[in-house]
Amino acid sequence: MKKILSMLSVACVSASLTFSLAGCGGSASGENGEVIVYNWGEYLDPETLEIFEEETGIKVIYDEFETNEIMYPKVEAGAAEYDVICPSDYMIQKLIDNDLLAELNFDNIPNAKTNIGSQYWEQSKEFDPENKYSVPYCWGTVGILYNKTMVDEPVDSWSILWNEKYADNILMQDSVRDAFMVGLKLNGYSMNSTDAAELETAKNSLIEQKPLVQAYVVDQVRDKMIGNEAAIGVIYSGEAIYTRRENPDLEYVIPKEGTNVWIDSWVITKNAPNKENAEKFINFMCRPEIALMNFEFITYSTPNDAAREMIEEDDIRNSPIAFPDLSQYSNLETFRYLGGDADQLYNDLWKEVKSK
Amino acid sequence: MKDNHQLKTNKLTGQLLSAPYLLWAVIFILVPLGMVFYYGLTDKTGAFTVDNVVAIMSAEHAKALWLSIGLSLVSTLICFLLAYPLAMILANMNVNQHSFVVLIFILPMWMNFLLRTLAWQTLLEKTGVINNILQFFHLPALNIINTPAAIILGMVYNFLPFMVLPIYNSLVKIDPNVVNAARDLGANGIQTFFKIIFPLTIPGVISGITMVFVPALTTFVISKLLGGSKILLIGNVIEEEFTQAGNWHLGSGLSIVLMIFIIFNMIISAIFDKNGEGSML
Repeated sequence: MKKILSMLSVACVSASLTFSLAGCGGSASGENGEVIVYNWGEYLDPETLEIFEEETGIKVIYDEFETNEIMYPKVEAGAAEYDVICPSDYMIQKLIDNDLLAELNFDNIPNAKTNIGSQYWEQSKEFDPENKYSVPYCWGTVGILYNKTMVDEPVDSWSILWNEKYADNILMQDSVRDAFMVGLKLNGYSMNSTDAAELETAKNSLIEQKPLVQAYVVDQVRDKMIGNEAAIGVIYSGEAIYTRRENPDLEYVIPKEGTNVWIDSWVITKNAPNKENAEKFINFMCRPEIALMNFEFITYSTPNDAAREMIEEDDIRNSPIAFPDLSQYSNLETFRYLGGDADQLYNDLWKEVKSK
Repeated sequence: MKDNHQLKTNKLTGQLLSAPYLLWAVIFILVPLGMVFYYGLTDKTGAFTVDNVVAIMSAEHAKALWLSIGLSLVSTLICFLLAYPLAMILANMNVNQHSFVVLIFILPMWMNFLLRTLAWQTLLEKTGVINNILQFFHLPALNIINTPAAIILGMVYNFLPFMVLPIYNSLVKIDPNVVNAARDLGANGIQTFFKIIFPLTIPGVISGITMVFVPALTTFVISKLLGGSKILLIGNVIEEEFTQAGNWHLGSGLSIVLMIFIIFNMIISAIFDKNGEGSML
């Protein structure tokens, strides 16, 4: 039901967007211009956009993407000119490498340095070495979500996804890097590996796993796990809080072999037509009350320390899922952009897995 | 003289009236088609190459293509077997009844195709509606979600109206006197059907086959939603080249191969359906 509702709401939003665009005709923007935002699907509280529009008189034109890979060619081709985007770590690096991002003027984004915790700026240096291009928006881990009523043994390793007991009860991520992260980590390799032999091993593991997999999905892991459709799924930690709220039988673990610690950050495109408005938008998003509203709506961990302080429920403010103590885990990594040739290799191997 | 003048004016008006359509066709059909050919026949540096088209021979692509052809053929056959009797029932109804039944048939097509397919996912899931009902009556569960069977079901469900309507159209066009003549001359029901009715509806059948086979061959949504992304059809390969892998050259090259199949199919349909009898409604 929820799926259908969310589809309907997407349809309504896009319809209303079209109408409002058409309705304005010549002067399509608000009194202070517009800002074009390109974000992940269901990745902020729509109410915050209304507050922003009311406060600033800047009209927000909002568009969504499902994966980093879908977003990139649209930005690269410049076919649709976006001001603000919210890509993940390795994709930000790829955007920087290909000279598609503008340096931020942090004088216009004072909220960023005051509210975002220092460890997140530190971690951002993995992909944005001088913290010049990006402002962290959400972060988290990737782990295993399992249903306590369907899984009897302790879950602490990726190897449970290869356990034949759970055939047809496993949900895998349907995106190249996420799927290979699991395959590489299982075999003890780095998830940023470009070694052909290591990738071959990971590919063989994924092929071996395929008969046990119920489906390769992206956002649907959430609905399927809530609906008891599968026993085990690979999921982003941000979804884990929401799914556990809806279905208390679910449990989230970070596997012992290590996993992906990711950051999604706001960036501004090189040719942004409304750069100043874009900086106002990012500054607004870094405001503690707004960051809190977004956290409560999407349940993805916020790097905004001031917002975290304001969370009322103790068990969420100190939740090991939302705000894990990362020093407890070994082998945590952040995705890096591996270059065009490695991208090609990953895609070819993934196609082999999918066509088996 | 006057007639000639009027003829000229008519021709001019006709050309003027068709201008918007021609403009539309050029911008939204010819230009994109040109771009597909440009991308398909060049590599990343812009140099001419046929590698992207020849890539269909690689193991993964060929497998996806054969699988697509296989599933589309099965779906087309099932659609035909379901649609023909249905079209005959429709054609034999009186006017009031049949327009109501035709409406019922077309009604779901007013709903978004994605939503309808997503609905099938919810119906077929392990904990879905159908299995809940089966469980209630202590019947064995139906486990076809994420298998080729679910994909075929999705194709048949979505494309069945495209088979029914052309066949129905050619059936109602048959002059009843032709059938009566056959009976007068001593043909029994079965003979009348195979010697008179069926041959006269061939254009409709061929048109229906094209209209089911072509979208079934190229679909990527049905296999993604009902196949759990586990079954890679040629449509999925092309979609992923554009969205995930970002290799528009390979995606376009494979699209050209698919176009060859579609054009081949349309030529067959054009040969059988010279008068456009089987066209929809």
